Amino acid sequence: MKKSQKIFVQFGICFFVISLVGLLINNLTINLTRTGLGFNFNWLFKPASFALAEHPLPYSSSDNYAWALFIGWLNSLKVIVSSLMLATVLGTLIGFARTGKNALLSLLSAGYITIIRQTPLLLQLMFWYFIGFLGFKDNTFIHIKNIIKISNQGIELSGLTLSSEFSALLFGLGIFTSAYIAEVIRGGILSVPKGQWEAFRSLGLSEKKGLLSIIIPQALPAILPGLTSQYLNLAKNSTLAIAVGYSDIYAINDTIINQTGRAIECFLILLTSFLLLNLLICNCMEIINKTILNSRKYN
Amino acid sequence: MAKISSSDLKIMRRLVSGIVGMTILLTGCASPSQENSSRLDLIKKRNELICGVSGKIPGFSFLESDGSYQGLDIDICKAFAAAIIGDSTKVQYRPLTAAERFTAIKTGDIDLLSRNTTFTLSRDSLGGNGLTFGPVVFHDGQGLMVKKDSGINSLEELANKSICVGSGTTTEQNINDAFESASLPYTPIKYQDLNQVVAGYLQGRCSAMTSDRSQLAAARSGFKNRKDHIILKDVLSKEPLAPASDGQDQKLGDAMRWVVFALISAEEQGITKSNIDKKVQLANRNPQLKPLRRFLGIDGGLGEKLGLSNDFVVKVIKTTGNYGEIYNRHLGQESEVPIPRGLNELYNKGGVHISPPFN
Repeated sequence: MKKSQKIFVQFGICFFVISLVGLLINNLTINLTRTGLGFNFNWLFKPASFALAEHPLPYSSSDNYAWALFIGWLNSLKVIVSSLMLATVLGTLIGFARTGKNALLSLLSAGYITIIRQTPLLLQLMFWYFIGFLGFKDNTFIHIKNIIKISNQGIELSGLTLSSEFSALLFGLGIFTSAYIAEVIRGGILSVPKGQWEAFRSLGLSEKKGLLSIIIPQALPAILPGLTSQYLNLAKNSTLAIAVGYSDIYAINDTIINQTGRAIECFLILLTSFLLLNLLICNCMEIINKTILNSRKYN
Repeated sequence: MAKISSSDLKIMRRLVSGIVGMTILLTGCASPSQENSSRLDLIKKRNELICGVSGKIPGFSFLESDGSYQGLDIDICKAFAAAIIGDSTKVQYRPLTAAERFTAIKTGDIDLLSRNTTFTLSRDSLGGNGLTFGPVVFHDGQGLMVKKDSGINSLEELANKSICVGSGTTTEQNINDAFESASLPYTPIKYQDLNQVVAGYLQGRCSAMTSDRSQLAAARSGFKNRKDHIILKDVLSKEPLAPASDGQDQKLGDAMRWVVFALISAEEQGITKSNIDKKVQLANRNPQLKPLRRFLGIDGGLGEKLGLSNDFVVKVIKTTGNYGEIYNRHLGQESEVPIPRGLNELYNKGGVHISPPFN
């Protein structure tokens, strides 16, 4: 194909996409005007008149919708960050166990990954919530002095109280993502050439020392991009909170749509807030990635 | 603007006449009641009443294992059939979804709708759904269900407790209004659908669950130990459920209205299925019992004014008993779906059911 033809084809595709988007926007505007809706964000500052079970900052039902949405966003952030940490720790341990020399550990972790990866997340969340936490009934399941108490009302960890909805989501998301992270870690470790293993062993380094100072630093560049996409998936999966009754931003949005009928505005807000959240995660990972790559150059 | 050519004009004319024709046709089928004959006469001629019901709500209208329909809404249909045809078995039940119900009336698929329908302005008005509503047969409203052994008996005792609620409905707002106006703190645990609300409540996550009282009772009828759960007396919203018919058919609407009033009035006067014959004898023997004689159709010719037989009240009570008997049969303490009478008591017993005089 000639260059001029190529340009023409690309121009055509661009034109098609732009007109399609234009058509959709035009259609939306016409329909919104026809039904007397039209974009309007004034409702954001009207009282929400619904209560929330969990709010990291002070909240009452006389606060406005905007504040309720922000609380929802914080609730989302809270569960995402904590399950992200759980998933990373668990995933790393299982990834190591899977690649390690211990046959039993390797087998166990392979089984764990298989089971977790091959069942739907929604089902796992329901399991953790309705069978896991709520299955404890009224009597406390575990009660060790004042340190930890697990019941159907959630987890109490020396003064810190986690509701059963939050805990179910934390374990559900954390464990589900850990299986994927374990595979990412395994892939990273396997990407290091066999010669490197032989080299540190021949130098007389112990397995542990060799893994930490020779293998891991070389595996990290392969691990980080995969890890980032798992983190992003986790953030998006957190919207399944609605299935276990946790007041994340999606659940709050759902209520607001029903109360105000402002579906389009609400979905725009939802999209923007998730975009913000994921850009935050993405950029943090990018910084970590760059720091590690730079430190390698220095070595 | 472009000029309109003659061929365009021709097409437009055809289109317009087509639309007009279609409209005439459609409106022609849609409201058979516009002719002078009422559906009431049609029902008599057909010798069968077609009643729209839900068929899925225990206590209101539910298809039993023997293939028969049972419930409060069903008994209302039976009462109409007894009043209009004189035989309560001459009813054809049409199970309808919530979306189908109003169209079914307007197109003439059914004669009457007795399907736990909330009486609202827009459904009643000509500019809205164009129905006409009979008297309210069940005052529903949002309620709370708790476990009996929790010792909770009122809204106040639920302060600082968790409550399972379906999210995104008016239910959520009503519960908040109720607690806020009583300035009681509480924790809402919100689920997306009623099954999850029920699961959360049964698993002990919440001290109470909230929904419409009839739904709570229906949900409870499926529990393993339904005697262990009670519905509190507090009612958080208004949901008056009433039978309905086509708004353009006054004759049928009036008959429907007074059949329900007859049920309520009979309860007020202590006339039941078992003592109706005695009451008729009593009225026949004592000409001074004027109101009773009018009510039972001995004097006054009230039934005829409605296009019914004068003794329609007697026929109705012989079939279904009075309102209280119907209620107790399907929603009473001994029934499968017990709901405390509350607002559904007679006006002189603390409820709101009242009948205008049979004069």
